[in-house]
Amino acid sequence: MPEMTYRDALNLALKEEMRRDPSVVTWGEDVALYEGSFKVTRGLLAEFGEERVKDTPISENTIVGVAIGAAMGGLRPVAELMTVNFALLAMDQLVNHMAKISSMFGGQVHLPMVVRTPGGGGSQLAAQHSQSLETYFMHCPGIRVAVPATPADAKGLLKSAIRDNNPVVFLEHELLYNSKGEVPEDPEFLVPLGRAEVKRPGSDVTIVAYSRMTVLALQAAAELEKEQISCEVVDLRTLSPLDDATFIASVQKTGRAVVVEECWRTAGLGAEIAFRIHAGCFDTLRAPVQRVSGLDVPMPYSRKLERLCIPQVETIAAAVRELLSKKY
Amino acid sequence: MESTLRAILPDAALLKMYEQMVLSREFEEACAEQYTKGHITGFLHLYSGQEAVAVGATTALHRDDYILSAYREHAQAIIRGAEPRRVMAELFGKATGICKGKGGSMHLFDPALSFMGGYAIVGGQLPIAAGVAFAAKFRREERIAACFFGDGAVNQGTFHEALNWARLWELPVLYVCENNFYGIGTEVHRASALADIHKRTCGYDIPSARVDGMDVLAVFEQVKWAAEWVREQSRPYLVEAMTYRFRGHSMADPGKYRSAAEVELWKARDPIPNFARRLLAEGIASEAELAAILEKARATVAEAVKYAEESPWPEDDEVWKDIYV
Ligand SMILES: Cc1ncc(C[n+]2csc(CCOP(=O)(O)OP(=O)(O)O)c2C)c(N)n1
Repeated sequence: MPEMTYRDALNLALKEEMRRDPSVVTWGEDVALYEGSFKVTRGLLAEFGEERVKDTPISENTIVGVAIGAAMGGLRPVAELMTVNFALLAMDQLVNHMAKISSMFGGQVHLPMVVRTPGGGGSQLAAQHSQSLETYFMHCPGIRVAVPATPADAKGLLKSAIRDNNPVVFLEHELLYNSKGEVPEDPEFLVPLGRAEVKRPGSDVTIVAYSRMTVLALQAAAELEKEQISCEVVDLRTLSPLDDATFIASVQKTGRAVVVEECWRTAGLGAEIAFRIHAGCFDTLRAPVQRVSGLDVPMPYSRKLERLCIPQVETIAAAVRELLSKKY
Repeated sequence: MESTLRAILPDAALLKMYEQMVLSREFEEACAEQYTKGHITGFLHLYSGQEAVAVGATTALHRDDYILSAYREHAQAIIRGAEPRRVMAELFGKATGICKGKGGSMHLFDPALSFMGGYAIVGGQLPIAAGVAFAAKFRREERIAACFFGDGAVNQGTFHEALNWARLWELPVLYVCENNFYGIGTEVHRASALADIHKRTCGYDIPSARVDGMDVLAVFEQVKWAAEWVREQSRPYLVEAMTYRFRGHSMADPGKYRSAAEVELWKARDPIPNFARRLLAEGIASEAELAAILEKARATVAEAVKYAEESPWPEDDEVWKDIYV
């Protein structure tokens, strides 16, 4: 299997799906001529032309709205929002329209569309550009939410998202674009939506994570191994639908769980997962579920402060150690 | 020769404008250097090339008129009177920064200067400017709000909604579009059905004008007239200043979408040497005086960098502060 970056894996997924299906079109700010502000759409305009690869004005709500209409009209649009922070300008089309149309119209129409958008913090971009809004989308029925952590999952999940007949919000992480990993070449390689994966087996504790937090959880697990602590790392891969079965089975085995979320703690997705673990593993849990979260603050710019606000490898490791040290 | 410049402003004011343009340029170029050294991180959008707009417009406003801007706003803040060293400290993320290191390059703010902020969401400041203008009108204050934004922002719903409100509620807000022809890599004609942005106010019954944004006095005169009109009528006005950014969109952008010839053409219209030539030709300043202005700006910027370097980092518990009062 060839090694490639998360960015190139996404790019390959787009190319393969556009080659396979002429109804796949893509648009967004600076995706065509400029080839994407994070270069995920590199080479698309050259290969597929201006009809299928389009630059848009800076009008996020309409980027999504036009994609909804195009999906209703028989296309499979993949709209890019330059970053998830700007998805907030499109919340009306995303939440009031995209998420509702299938059910509101009695299932007479479906929206086979994807909204791709990078997000997350850690690049000193300050409060308006460093948000982790995954919970917002996960909270809303009618939207599928994908959160790949590795290049292979990025490719496989994006391909599944494009082929899916439901609207998918596809959340990429800005700090993962340059990460590398093996990616299957097979153009039929798909990662199903709604299937979590055990990325590392272990026996003492389950760390449930997603997107960049999975990468950090794996690093923490490697650290903890040196202390004879065996962590099982479950990567959610999609947040909606949420694959309870995989993380519940894992926690039933290990008896302990730490949920790692980059988003704000209050009403964050970690609370939902912790609840499901408590409900599903009450009989086998040996300790209350722990959470490692982003701090409940608007992200400060200063690098020193920013670091405190986002879960780090050492904060994850510390949470695991604490969980294991307590006698309940 | 009859002086055309002196007919507009006294010598001291003209020299001050020159000083401010030079200081802005020196500041921005120093930022580029500090970014390359890794002292400034995140997104860094520089203003080099556009100085005539902020200097001309700010000079035309009253001291207590509000100013709001986007994320390319270092120069706007400094020209309004923000201390360069506190702006630089902000860009370094230090505790002594103008927003305690929490805002960074894209979010400068100083209420004492009526500088009501740099905003990183394209178009976000347009309704806020209307609101600030509403408050001024409501409180029977004489001040107006001047709102800077780019050509890219006019395609955001906020542009249309805010202009409509400003006219409907008769708000004293002056919208200044800095048309530098690009929103990141997308040229204005490829993003706007009507690329003559000043004409887009017709739909809201708002008068507007276009001005050469590379000519600091042209901007000054146009904004002066428009600002007084806004103040007297209590109604919005829009000025479209045609300008150019000499660098890429941000430090991360090599700017390959623009031809070298295009960039050179605009650099030949650099507002700073052009204004210098006029000052010299009309005997308002000597070569030596202009050189001294440059020296002084360099010293100010060097001192700002040193201050930022030597300033302390914020304390850890700062992350919990300032969120609620
Ligand atoms: C709502 C929103 N969408 C997209 C972006 C990303 N973005 C940052 S700057 C920019 C271009 C804006 O161009 P323009 O308004 O012309 O201002 P200029 O950079 O030329 O000063 C874009 C698309 C953003 N910050 N906010």
